[in-house]
Amino acid sequence: MIILSVDGLTKTFDVHVLGDTRVVGLKDVSFDVTDGEFLAIVGESGSGKSSLLKCLYRTYEPTSGSVVYTTPDGPVDVASCSDRAVMSLRRDALGYTSQFLDEIPRVPAVDVVARPLVEKGVGRADARETARTLLSALSVPAELWEAYPATFSGGERQRVNLAQAIAPKPDLLLLDEPTSALDPNTRRAAIDLLSSYLTSDTTVIGVFHDTDVVEAVADRVLVLDDGRLQHIVPIEAYEGRVMSE
Amino acid sequence: MTLLEATDLEVVYGSRCHECLSSTGSRAGTNQCVNCGSVVACARADLSLEPGDVLGIVGESGSGKSSLAELLALEQASEATVRGDLQYAGYDGNLLEIDYQTRHDLRTSEISLVHQHIRDGLNLEFTGGGNVAEKLLSAGHRSYADVRERVSDLFEETEIPVDRIDDRTNTYSGGMQRRVQIARALVTNPDLIVLDEPTTGLDVSVQARVLDMFRRVQREENVATIVVSHDLSVVRLLADRTLVMRHGRIVESGLTDRVMEDPHHEYTQTLINSVI
Amino acid sequence: MTELPTSSDDTGSVATDSVDAALQSLDDEGMVGYNYAYLDEHTKREVRRSMLKAVAIPGHQVPYASRPMPLARGWGTGGIQASLSMLGPTDTFKVIDQGADESVNATNIRRLAETTADVATTTDTTEADLIQSRHRIPEEVLTGEQRLVLQVPIPDALRTVDASDAANRRRHGHRNYGKMWVHLYENVVEYGEIQIASRYPTMVADRYLMDPSPIPRWDVPKLDDADHLTILAAGREARIYAVPPHTAVEPLAFEDRAFTVERFPEKSCHACGSTDTYLVEVSEELGTDDAASFETRYACNDSSFCEKRREDPDLQKDHHLERDEVQWGPMTADADAGGESS
Repeated sequence: MIILSVDGLTKTFDVHVLGDTRVVGLKDVSFDVTDGEFLAIVGESGSGKSSLLKCLYRTYEPTSGSVVYTTPDGPVDVASCSDRAVMSLRRDALGYTSQFLDEIPRVPAVDVVARPLVEKGVGRADARETARTLLSALSVPAELWEAYPATFSGGERQRVNLAQAIAPKPDLLLLDEPTSALDPNTRRAAIDLLSSYLTSDTTVIGVFHDTDVVEAVADRVLVLDDGRLQHIVPIEAYEGRVMSE
Repeated sequence: MTLLEATDLEVVYGSRCHECLSSTGSRAGTNQCVNCGSVVACARADLSLEPGDVLGIVGESGSGKSSLAELLALEQASEATVRGDLQYAGYDGNLLEIDYQTRHDLRTSEISLVHQHIRDGLNLEFTGGGNVAEKLLSAGHRSYADVRERVSDLFEETEIPVDRIDDRTNTYSGGMQRRVQIARALVTNPDLIVLDEPTTGLDVSVQARVLDMFRRVQREENVATIVVSHDLSVVRLLADRTLVMRHGRIVESGLTDRVMEDPHHEYTQTLINSVI
Repeated sequence: MTELPTSSDDTGSVATDSVDAALQSLDDEGMVGYNYAYLDEHTKREVRRSMLKAVAIPGHQVPYASRPMPLARGWGTGGIQASLSMLGPTDTFKVIDQGADESVNATNIRRLAETTADVATTTDTTEADLIQSRHRIPEEVLTGEQRLVLQVPIPDALRTVDASDAANRRRHGHRNYGKMWVHLYENVVEYGEIQIASRYPTMVADRYLMDPSPIPRWDVPKLDDADHLTILAAGREARIYAVPPHTAVEPLAFEDRAFTVERFPEKSCHACGSTDTYLVEVSEELGTDDAASFETRYACNDSSFCEKRREDPDLQKDHHLERDEVQWGPMTADADAGGESS
C-alpha cells in the first residue's frame, strides 16, 4: 500500500535579503513510498536531502507539486492542505527529527523522551519507563537521564532526539541524519534500536550520512543530485556503491 | 468547533480619517496616518483559534502585536476606536460590542490575560494566594476552604513554593510573580489565555523554567493560548502557528516551524535572520 | 477693656460697646441671627434631596455640598447637617456618642439643636423621634416612627482595599467587589475567621457594598430588615447614604466562615448585671488608699438602657412595643447572628 506519494515536488526560495535571489532547493521530484518500507535518502551536501525531508514534514512549503499521505481519513496533500490539517497529521501519524535538537531548556532528558507518549495518553510513569529503556538502548548513561540536554554533547543530544522521535511509534518517521554525531558502535546500537523498536508497520524515510547504516537497514535508496531525483533503487542494487562527500 | 474567529480587527488611536488604512501598514512603512496623525495600531487582522491551539504573534515594537492581543483578551483600550468582528464559541454576536457585565464575566472565567508588566496584572499588596483567589472570588465562589484548596493546587501546578502562599506578592521574586499571574490566569479553567511578552523582566534561567512550566500546563489543560513576543524562541517553544506583524498588519502567518525556517515575506526573512 | 465702635442701628442688633456685652446679648437672643435649625433653607433642601436620593438607591453614596458647621470636621458635621435638615419643632432629639448621652460631643450637638431648632431632647431611646449617634445603634428596638442618623468618618468600604476613589466608584457602579472579598480571604488566612472589628463590609439590597460606619459587629444585624430609616452622613467626605426600612442588609462572609458578633464570655455589666448587651471595659481606680491599683470591669455601652436595666433587670429590648420577641440583633428572640456568651 502506498503511504506517501510525491509528485512533481519543487521548492524554490525567494531570498529577499539577497536582492530577491531565487534559490532552487528541489526540482520536480516524484516518488512513492510503500507502507512499512525503509527509504534512505542520499546525496552530496547541498543536494536537497534536508529540504526534501522538510517538505515532507511541511516545515518547508512546497512551491509546486504534491505530497500526498494516505491516512485513515483519506488522502492529505500537505503541499496544499490547511495548517490545521498538517498539525493533525503531524500529531497522529508523523515523527520527525532534525539535525539539531530543539532544546526545551529545563526538561530532563527522560521527560523529553517521555512527553510524546504522555501526549498520546500513556501514563507518566509508564512513559518514563519506556523512555529510560530507549535511552539505555542508545547507551545514554543513566546519570544523564535526569539532566538537562542543554548540557549534553552533540552525540548525546542526538540520541535523545532520536529516542524522542521513535518513542510514540509513529506511522511514518522522517529522520534527518539521526546518527551523524555518533561513533560507529553507538551508531550500530541506534540502528539496532530502530529496527527492533519500530514495528513492521512503521515507515521510515531517513537522510543518512553513512553507507553502512544505509546498507544495514534500508529497503530502497533515493539518490538526490542538485535538487533532482537521480534514481531510486532497491538496496540490493545500491549496495557496494561508494558515497561521495 | 472554532473557539474564536476574528475578522478585520482594527485598533486606531485618533480620529481615523479615510486615508488612515491606505497610508499605513507594512508597505507604507509606518503605523501613523500622514493625513490625520492617527496611529493605526493594528488593522485588517483576521485569525481563528480552535480549542487547545497555541498561536504566536511576533513583531517588533510598534508592530501592533500587543494591541491585537489585548483586543482579543477583551481589554478596554479606552482612548482607541476599535472595529471588526469577533466571534467566540458560546456567545452570540460581536464580542467587541458586548455590555460591560458580559465582558467582565468572560474575562473573569473564560478569557485570561497575563500582562506584560506585573503591576498591571497583580495587586502587589495582596498575598500571592490572594491574587489567585481574587479570580475565584469575583466569579462568586464563597467557600473559603474550596478557594483555599484550589489556590494551593494552582501554586503547585505553576511550581510556586506553597509555603509562600500567604506572603505578600511584593516579597516574591520576578519569576514567582510571573507564575502567580499564570496561576491566576488558569484558576478558573479558562478556554483562552493571552500571554503578553511573558518573559519580560525575567532572568534568562527563570524564563526557561517559566516557559517550560507553561508549556506543560497548557498541554495538560489543553487551554487555547495566544502568546505575544518579540522573542522568536519563546514563540518557537510554545506556538503551533505564528503570525508576524509589522506596522499594525499581519504580514505572514503559518505553522511556526514553517514561518521560522521557510519565511516568505521580506520582513519575516529579515526578522529571522536577525536572531543572534 | 477694648473700645469698639458702636453700630448706628439698634433694632435687633448686637450691642457692641464691649466684648462681654456682645456675648451677653447673643446669649439672650438665642435664635436671633440664625435660621431655624441653624442651616439656611436652601441647604436643608439640598441635604434632604440628597437623602431622598440615598433612600431611592439604598447603599449608594450620594455626594452633597457639606457646609461649614460650628464644629470641626471629624466631629459629626455630616450627622449634624442630616439631623438639622430633618428636625422640626415637634420632634424629640436624642444624641449619643459611643453609647453615651453625656459625652461632651453629644452634649454640644444636643445643645446646638435645642438652641437653634427649639426641640425637646431626651436620653430615652424609646421617646426620641430622631437619634443621632456616633458609632453605636441603641440596644432598644427602633420603630418605624423613628429615624437614626449615623456619623460616618469614611463612607466608602472599598477605601480599605484601594485608596483611589475613582477606581472605587467604578467598582460600585459595576458591583465589582472582588477586591473586598480578597481582603476577607486574607483576613481568614491570618486569623482563622473574619476578624474585622468595625466598619464591617455589608451588602445593601444585594447591590451596593456599604460601610455601616464604625459601629461594632454587634450592631450590624440591626440594620437588616429594620422598621426604621437609617441615614449615614459624612461631613468631611461630603457623602450621604441610607438604609431604608425593610431593606436586606447582609454582612459579607464565606459559607464556611460565617459572620459573627462580638463575644463576652462570662462577663456582665457591673452596674445592671446585663449579659445580653454590648459591653465595654471600664478601668476604675480602686479606692483612694491604694492609688496604684485599678480594677477592670465591664459596663453596658448603651448607658441610657443600662440605667433602665438598673431599675428593672428583666426589661426587654422591645419592652416599649406592643408585639413581643422582636428580632433586633444579637441576644434577642430568633436572633441567629451567632456569638452567644457562654
